[in-house]
Amino acid sequence: MKPNAHYQNPALCRSLADRIAEMAKGQIRIMEVCGTHTVSIFRHGIRFLLPESILLVSGPGCPVCVTDQRDIDAFIKLAGQDNTIIHTFGDLMRVPGSSSSLQKEKAEGRDIRIVYSATDAIDTAMVNPTKQVVFAGVGFETTAPTIAASVVAAKRMGIDNYSIYCTHKRVPPALDALASDRDMHIDGFLLPGHVSVIIGRKGYEPFFQKYRIPSAIAGFEPVDILVAILRLVEMITEGSPALINAYPRAVPENGNATARKTMETVFDTCDARWRGLGLIPGSGLAFRDEYAHFDAQRRFGITFPETCLPSGCLCGEILTGKITPPQCPLYNKACTPIDPVGPCMVSSEGTCAAYYNYAAGDDG
Amino acid sequence: MKKDRILLDHGSGGRMANRLIAEMMLPLFNNPMLSRLDDGASFDIPDGRMAFSTDSYVVDPIFFPGGNIGDLAINGTVNDIAMCGAVPLYLSVGLIIEEGFSIKDLEAILRSMSVSAEKAGVKIVTGDTKVVPRGAADKIFINTSGIGQIPEGVNVSGENARPGDKIIVSGTIGDHGITILHQREGLSFDAQMKSDSAPLNHLVARMLNITKNIHVLRDPTRGGVATALNEIAAKSNVGIRIRESDIPVKKNVAGFCSILGLDPLFVANEGKLIAFVEKQHADDVLRTVKEDPCGRDARIIGEVVSLHCGKVIMETAIGGERIVNMLTGEQLPRIC
Ligand code: SF4
Repeated sequence: MKPNAHYQNPALCRSLADRIAEMAKGQIRIMEVCGTHTVSIFRHGIRFLLPESILLVSGPGCPVCVTDQRDIDAFIKLAGQDNTIIHTFGDLMRVPGSSSSLQKEKAEGRDIRIVYSATDAIDTAMVNPTKQVVFAGVGFETTAPTIAASVVAAKRMGIDNYSIYCTHKRVPPALDALASDRDMHIDGFLLPGHVSVIIGRKGYEPFFQKYRIPSAIAGFEPVDILVAILRLVEMITEGSPALINAYPRAVPENGNATARKTMETVFDTCDARWRGLGLIPGSGLAFRDEYAHFDAQRRFGITFPETCLPSGCLCGEILTGKITPPQCPLYNKACTPIDPVGPCMVSSEGTCAAYYNYAAGDDG
Repeated sequence: MKKDRILLDHGSGGRMANRLIAEMMLPLFNNPMLSRLDDGASFDIPDGRMAFSTDSYVVDPIFFPGGNIGDLAINGTVNDIAMCGAVPLYLSVGLIIEEGFSIKDLEAILRSMSVSAEKAGVKIVTGDTKVVPRGAADKIFINTSGIGQIPEGVNVSGENARPGDKIIVSGTIGDHGITILHQREGLSFDAQMKSDSAPLNHLVARMLNITKNIHVLRDPTRGGVATALNEIAAKSNVGIRIRESDIPVKKNVAGFCSILGLDPLFVANEGKLIAFVEKQHADDVLRTVKEDPCGRDARIIGEVVSLHCGKVIMETAIGGERIVNMLTGEQLPRIC
């Protein structure tokens, strides 16, 4: 199991962990913002290598988990329309809405298909000209450009029966919301590698200048993560905060300008509702008027009922790192991956699912 | 066969059905028990214990690199019987075919069933064919059942794992599931990927020849190695420890898994087995497994412990530790 031997070198990992242990003084809380980091940390058993003084808390970086209940309900509503094909990423299928889930709707006979990219949805739209094909778009800056590209392509090709229900979100405004929360006490941020490929180190500069909390962009292999943690611990103990790129082999200083341009052609920023974090200004992506035609929300006149989280689910606290899953009374009792109560237990990148699937011992 | 598509009449039990059997099936599966074409096969049974197993095959796509639904259906049931420690003897085959299915494809599937049965040394002694209207099934579904004889002194069961047992896996994991997924999604970035579909009964016979102290045998199909180990840990009420760096995974499979966020431990295999072997015999058994064409990449991946009962814990490649849990839900539907 060594796809990337150097970045999983046991001796190197061990020595990085030892240096972290030497450096760390007192309790240090580091938030890994990204769900892929959470999973990698668990899968590789990285917590096991780290000293107890380093507390890794998971943040709001799993797109399915932060999708607001209203949006989940809207997907389900769309799936119930006649002559409609919904395309979605797999994880979304099992997220419980207020009264159903996409998976249950599919079992009822609704046409809901799992795809790996938005271009698959365009293909479906072309071969089913009499049907409405809606892509349920959840994600961050990582996938937003591909969604935007699919919209540009659809417009160019004159594909009329394709639309997107866009719940895509931007990471930096969420960091801002977390950092300004007085209950949070985050000493350092491990910033998401994939998102950074698009927005670059520069994309976080305004956030960093505002709060000056040590921040490091990290890759997803064990060595990447440990190196980034080491750099954070150095900055924290020396009291010299910086915003560094510890994943230079993938993340350019300025990110990917072409991808951002495509994104900006189609989308403008807007306020967006995050599960657990509430309304965050400027954190969402809304269709520009030239592309409004592709906005499923407008096309089908989706309105939102007021809904609340399933009773007892503490996903909000989980997503802001205020509690760990075992502290949720439903964890591993009423809520398991087979019968999930909240999205954090459904998504493969969800913190509750990661604890359930990987944590050795009760608290990981 | 003049027409090149399966018609509803082919499943009627009438003249068309008879022709299908006489012209396509009997020449391929000929043996005295089948060719009597009675309502069922009759045969003598040996003394001792028998194993009996059944499975249905709905894999999509039906043809894939390394095999097709036909050999999968034979190998799958042969392996299920072999995992009871038994020598598979006789199989039944039930075909459910969608109207309009290509006769050429059916012929190819039947041919590979016959080749696999021959390879495994089992006889297909009874069968049934149904044709359902277009849309009522997807191309072709196959059910196979089979019986086998358990040799004297063999006692293999998921409940028999004991602390100290060494865990052998017979080769690289995840090949079948990833090949199917690869094929289904039309992802063409690796031409080398191939299903591992193979009969394992000869391998099992070789192993049992070395020692009867093989406590558990399991072919980790759906749910993969992780699910099989969890079931064994629970049934035997023992703890299992495995080492990530000892688990054989082909480079291309590992790469593909990491792109799609899949864990090879959860991906289906169709020609691999896991064996729990008493410690002092483990090296001998491993050596024998490695001599078999199905077991060249075999490794000892861990052992049974009396701690953390019911749980599987893995030492990660970087020296960390984590739980390996059971698969929840269907990771990849219609994989076999
Ligand atoms: S354990 Fe379940 S109910 Fe509790 S926070 Fe996680 S997803 Fe929500």
